[in-house]
Amino acid sequence: MESRSGHLSWLPHLILVLGLALVGFPIYVTFVGSTMTTPEILSGHMSLIPGGHFVENYLAALTQGMPQLSGVPVARLMLNSLIMALSIALGKMLISFLSAYAIVFFRFPGRMVCFWMIFLTLMLPVEVRIVPTFQVTANLGLIDTYGGLAIPLIASATATLLFRQFFLTIPDELIEAARLDGAGPLRFLWDVLLPLSRTNLAALFVILFVYGWNQYLWPLLVTNTASMTTLVVGIKSMLTVDANTPWHLVMAMAILAMAPPAAVVLLMQRWFVKGLVDAEK
Amino acid sequence: MLPIRTLVVAAAALCTTALTAPAFAAPVEIQWWHAMAGKNGELLNQFADDFNKAQADYKVVPVFKGGYADTLQAGIAAFRAGQAPAILQVFEVGTATMMAAKGAIKPVYQVMADAGENFDPQSYLPAITGYYSTKDGKMLSFPFNSSTPVMYINKDAFKKAGLDPNAPPKTWPEFFEDAKKLKAGGSACGFTLGWMAWTQLEVFSAWHNQPIATEENGIGGPGATLEINGPLQVRHLQDLVDAAKNKSFDYAGRTTEPEAKFVSGDCAMIQTSSGGYSVFKNNAKFEFGVAPLPYYPDVAGAPQNTIIGGASLWVMGGKTPAEYKGVAKFMTFLSQTPIQVQWHETTGYLPITKAAYEQTQKDGFYEKTPGFDVAIKELTGKPPTANSKGLRLGNLVQIRDIVAEEVEGALNGTKTPKQALDNAVTRGNALLRTFEKTAS
Amino acid sequence: MQRRVVFDGKLLPYLLVAPQLAVTLVFFFWPAAEAVYFSTQRQDAFGLSTVFVGFENFAAVFADPGYLHSFQVTAIFSVAVTLLAMLPALLLAVMADRVVRFASVYKTALMLPYAVAPAIAGVLWLFLFAPGIGIVANALKWLGIDWNYLLNGNQALLLVIVAAAWKQLSYNFLFFLAGLQAIPKSLLEAASIDGAGGFLRFRTIVLPLLSPTTFFLFVVDVVYAFFETFGVIHAVTGGGPSKATEILIYKVYYDGVVGLDLGGSSAQSVVLMIIVIALTAVQFRYVERRVHY
Repeated sequence: MESRSGHLSWLPHLILVLGLALVGFPIYVTFVGSTMTTPEILSGHMSLIPGGHFVENYLAALTQGMPQLSGVPVARLMLNSLIMALSIALGKMLISFLSAYAIVFFRFPGRMVCFWMIFLTLMLPVEVRIVPTFQVTANLGLIDTYGGLAIPLIASATATLLFRQFFLTIPDELIEAARLDGAGPLRFLWDVLLPLSRTNLAALFVILFVYGWNQYLWPLLVTNTASMTTLVVGIKSMLTVDANTPWHLVMAMAILAMAPPAAVVLLMQRWFVKGLVDAEK
Repeated sequence: MLPIRTLVVAAAALCTTALTAPAFAAPVEIQWWHAMAGKNGELLNQFADDFNKAQADYKVVPVFKGGYADTLQAGIAAFRAGQAPAILQVFEVGTATMMAAKGAIKPVYQVMADAGENFDPQSYLPAITGYYSTKDGKMLSFPFNSSTPVMYINKDAFKKAGLDPNAPPKTWPEFFEDAKKLKAGGSACGFTLGWMAWTQLEVFSAWHNQPIATEENGIGGPGATLEINGPLQVRHLQDLVDAAKNKSFDYAGRTTEPEAKFVSGDCAMIQTSSGGYSVFKNNAKFEFGVAPLPYYPDVAGAPQNTIIGGASLWVMGGKTPAEYKGVAKFMTFLSQTPIQVQWHETTGYLPITKAAYEQTQKDGFYEKTPGFDVAIKELTGKPPTANSKGLRLGNLVQIRDIVAEEVEGALNGTKTPKQALDNAVTRGNALLRTFEKTAS
Repeated sequence: MQRRVVFDGKLLPYLLVAPQLAVTLVFFFWPAAEAVYFSTQRQDAFGLSTVFVGFENFAAVFADPGYLHSFQVTAIFSVAVTLLAMLPALLLAVMADRVVRFASVYKTALMLPYAVAPAIAGVLWLFLFAPGIGIVANALKWLGIDWNYLLNGNQALLLVIVAAAWKQLSYNFLFFLAGLQAIPKSLLEAASIDGAGGFLRFRTIVLPLLSPTTFFLFVVDVVYAFFETFGVIHAVTGGGPSKATEILIYKVYYDGVVGLDLGGSSAQSVVLMIIVIALTAVQFRYVERRVHY
């Protein structure tokens, strides 16, 4: 290993620091913008040192109703984003866990048909069939509901495949032992499988939470009232890029939109990384 | 690690409640989707508030849906989903689309008649209501915010460049000369243009008494074809391309984006909607003036008159009688002279009733605010011709995008102005034919 | 993929797969079928009248120079995003694999863009590069560079490519780093004793061992560039100027939602579905191979 020899040991650090600077720059500038006033931002020589309006801007963004959002404050949008992200993450985990369990631990007529039907969904992200999916959701009366925001995005195969992979590694002895103890399939699921899966569940939670929180096209279409929309969509409606754009609030909202998924990723780093790499296999 | 099973139970419970919770619940509510941002949006919200406070039976709920095009899309998507608002603000470009959708809308004259509201179409300014009425004068939509393009100049920049701030350019040649001088005299750019497809082709054509499309710009009936690739339009686009080349013109976007460049003081002149007035009044840190659009002096009859832009309120179909009654009452409320006067004087949009116009004159507002009457004078200065009484084309929303794309192509040098406008006509005509096939 | 020991149950397995199957049927198969159905219809904007037109929509789509142009834009965009997301990620991963001190700090910080929504990534980069507003745009102007992505298609494309790649960099970095860390150090040390230099070791040992990861990331990045970048495009350029940044998925949205041409948009959806199925088949072969060894 290079670092031990001392030979050129500063080079990796230099490259990494440069990389970090480049990657972090857009986020930093946005943060700086979120601590200024719009005239300061638009002055043509915006400073790279944070301004003095941090508290004021974030308070305004979180609590004041914005005219561009029909008077809905950002806190409400964050709540919607949170509900959507949690519903997608937990909903996906729940239905995938159950279906993977059925497919791996039971043999029943139509098992492979079920598997392939689920697997097919891997191939077509919602964006491809966005307009008809909107039609279907509308037909079901789910426009402007949390159900409409979340349920259509729950249909995905990635989580099912991940659980299936993991379940296939469970030794047969474990099942036999459970049977000898007189445990039925549901008991086994609850007492054995669930505790064994917690690392996978945690990793998946991070991936799916980020996925759900960051949705854009779907909530854009499926919500009509500002009080039901998500933060990511709300920012776009503030961003008219004309003389009416309150840049300081847009920047504060951008930071607020990044914070929760970033926090989840950072706090659950260990499982997240493992989960990402596992999800690949 | 947290006890995983407890978590699962909690999660499942949360999911169930979250997914089944109703989104919104309120009594007799009238949804009003609009595209008014900034101060204009604030005043709109205030009108709704005032109406809601003045009576107890109905509650108008204004919802901002983004730009004009976003608002129209959202309205149509919602109609298909059976979730349309009672009132939808549609920009004038979408007029033909709405008129063709007979099953999707309820004409305003009918809404008013059904509700027994006292409604006299004669009290509205004909130059405006003509745009939104059938041939026999029945008003289909309620003209809420009508505008027409005007020119705004930064008087401070004029002084700095040694130009007379009280003598804005009258003709296009003067305009381009002044732009160069302003650029040389310290402005970052001479001019920029808002709503280019509207101001520089549609209104430009009417202002010079040139057709935009056959069949009286589409008002005469279906089968219209675009005619915006005439020699005058090509010449004008060439002049704009030259101005972009010598940097006196800064292109900044298709709709209201360029207004930021005027407010910031970068560009010393802008042509955009008269509705931009409140934006400039509230944000600009310099003295600005309003002037009529320039014209080419060698074109016979120019300047003719401008056509209107802005938006009107459409009443959507499939609502309950109670909702329609509320809508009618609200439209009567909006037609009141004090409301109209306030809207006109605050936003720069045109007054829509004769009474409001007269009241504003009587108050001496135009004397106090020089240039404020430019818009209405442009619009009513001459009796309109077949080329200048309006524009009614299907799929015009998309056609405007096509025009904008092609104009961008000319401005960035990938095609000549002639090629760009020929392309715009060919592509636009294809959309017109599609519209005729699908219109119900 | 079969277990030897399984549970008995007649009804239970069906109950267990039912939720996922129901969601899949309603929100996947039904819309997919509707896309195919609508691709043969012509409808007005409000859905008030519908006419069967056979393959006319497909013919119109393929006769539209804008559609072929969109294919071109998509090809350039996705290749550029993929390369720009992968190469710096690989470099940073190799470096992060070498350092001991601050390793976790670097890793954590480089992970951050993963959490950023594509639409927000677009907003961040817009804020840097918007003419007259962004500090980078102002700096470019000061340097005498004529920066206006609202008019210059190449600049617009460059900007959305950078914004999209920036967001995907984290993902690639994490995978490359995991791949690098899985390479047995003994292998590298043995090569080192044999006198192989750093770059030679990287080329002959590390790179081949990373190739499965590289291939996987390539497919993931292309799929990302195809579909998930909608937010970046919508927030920054709206497909313009002159459709210079209109990728296929944006065109599906634009023609269907803005242009209100449901038939044409659905026909494009069907074409995209076929493309994705082909792409996924490639990936699936690869995935299955990994599963078996």
